[in-house]
Amino acid sequence: MPTQWFKREGNTLTLQGEWTLEHYATLKKALDGLDPKANAEIKLLGFERIDTAGAALLVNLLGVERAGQVDEWASDLPKSQRALIMRIASAMDVSLTLDTDTPNRLVSMLAGIGAQVEGLYRQQRELLGFIGLVLATALPIMINPRRWRVTATVAHVQQSGLNAVPIVMLLTFMVGAVVAFLGATVLQSFGATVYTINLVAFSFLREFGVLLAAILLAGRTASAFTAQLGAMKSNEEIDALKALGLDPIELLVLPRILAMLVSLPLLAFIGMLSGLLGGAVVSAVSLDIPFYQFMNTLQESVSLNHFLVGLAKAPVFAFIIAVIGCLEGFKVAGSAQSVGAHTTSSVVQSIFMVILIDALAALFFMEMGW
Amino acid sequence: MSGTDDQEPVIRVKGLVNRFGDHTVHENLDLTVEKGEILGVVGGSGTGKSVLLRSIIGLQRPNEGTIEVLGTDLSTLDNEARSRVERRFGVLFQQGALFSSLNLQENIALPLIEHIGLPREDAEYLARIKLSLVGLSPEDALKTPESLSGGMIKRAALARALALDPDILFLDEPTAGLDPIGAAAFDHLIKTLRDALGFSVFLVTHDLDTLHAACDRVAVLSQKRVLVADTLENVAQTDDEWVQEYFNGPRGRAAASSFVQE
Repeated sequence: MPTQWFKREGNTLTLQGEWTLEHYATLKKALDGLDPKANAEIKLLGFERIDTAGAALLVNLLGVERAGQVDEWASDLPKSQRALIMRIASAMDVSLTLDTDTPNRLVSMLAGIGAQVEGLYRQQRELLGFIGLVLATALPIMINPRRWRVTATVAHVQQSGLNAVPIVMLLTFMVGAVVAFLGATVLQSFGATVYTINLVAFSFLREFGVLLAAILLAGRTASAFTAQLGAMKSNEEIDALKALGLDPIELLVLPRILAMLVSLPLLAFIGMLSGLLGGAVVSAVSLDIPFYQFMNTLQESVSLNHFLVGLAKAPVFAFIIAVIGCLEGFKVAGSAQSVGAHTTSSVVQSIFMVILIDALAALFFMEMGW
Repeated sequence: MSGTDDQEPVIRVKGLVNRFGDHTVHENLDLTVEKGEILGVVGGSGTGKSVLLRSIIGLQRPNEGTIEVLGTDLSTLDNEARSRVERRFGVLFQQGALFSSLNLQENIALPLIEHIGLPREDAEYLARIKLSLVGLSPEDALKTPESLSGGMIKRAALARALALDPDILFLDEPTAGLDPIGAAAFDHLIKTLRDALGFSVFLVTHDLDTLHAACDRVAVLSQKRVLVADTLENVAQTDDEWVQEYFNGPRGRAAASSFVQE
């Protein structure tokens, strides 16, 4: 019912009724049907209700200038409604249209790829730069034991190492059992189920023990580091440290890296033992390889260097996980949303780097015959 | 306006009790907000100004007492009826609470789209008018909240609070963190918008200038209740140590004298 909102009498158009947000869509459509030039005079005798949305439509109808002078020509209108209309008119006395140019889809796709590649390059450069910064900060501290932050380091060892022991043990135990089952299934057709022991031992000593521990810590600790440092960054605590003349790398990053360097090799060792245990249990229960035979074979046919090859990777993983976690924390800017984004990024990056380095290391060790 | 009698207060709080563990914040607190008035709520830190605001808008369930807003007790309503009442509130949170994943015009258009069902284009057009109304440039419409200064965030948050033309506007320390010029402009803005749009305002503040410039009545929270709620002149004469220190201390006198001259 368009008459609800305006009444035409000859050459005058009287606006009335409820010009409110609830009726915005219908009212707008009704007004679109009007030709303002055909109406010489618009009369405002008072609206039943009018709010900002209705006033905006009214201003569109009258034009900003005329609406802004409503005080002068619509004295019948209640004062509050005049005030509202004039207020809205002055608010609309600016360009309200936005020029959004939609770029070519192909161009924007290429630009997107380019931005991604550039982002990746920049990320790696930042990572290398940060590693350099950490090493440069660490060297003078290493030779000066009085500047070691033992308390902070121990606290982080507890958080990222000790508290992770149960989950690392459980996870590696289960994977050990799975590897043993797999090995048994495949090797059975060759009548070589006894080599299951070698399979479990090789895979856990060389790869799985350290890899699983590293991936777990990448998810558990890298994210924690990023969240901790990111929260500090967005709270300006890092800036406060700098303003106090303290070095955030020394205070915050080095203890975390050191803690990881302690924790991860230990966890990797625990992971190896627990994985072997998982394999041994499956062997004993379902392959009829008794426990002492498992130990025997382990001692006779698996040499120490497999263990060393596996463990040698642990400090490298630890360093890279801790560095990525801390760097992403420092990259946080502003809001809490940024903390979340960087935490995700730090987990993804550190798991990616761990697996990449592990693959390269496997190739290298293989070629070296270690 | 539908649902409210002109004589009825828009907010009526009776016997409110709020406790957090052993700590009692409000004990038997009574407060009313009349239609169309700007009520300033003041009190020392930790007297539960924000808790009172959160109780009234239903974010904090009180331990005891009744809160009637626009003639209904929110806690007795089902979800749908409650949502209908709640959309007549406009709330400006202390930190703005703009949705960080949306740009400014989307922030303001969201309630228009969700509640009124406007097409996106219309909603965003109205959003830009609201932005201009609170003194931002419509060109800011595409900015994200994180790229804004504190004053701009407050203004944008006010624009969102005004999106649905609320009957009651709740402001939690709107001028905190603004420079004096920005704060004065904000006070003026609230007052002119109130005069034009006719809503009631529940304004939690520390800012003496705001009390003088914008508020019709002032409620003082102290000793776990509303100590006094009256016009500023009467409140300032209350015989209470905190009130005297607050209104007649050096800052209070400075604020008062600057507004007497006007």
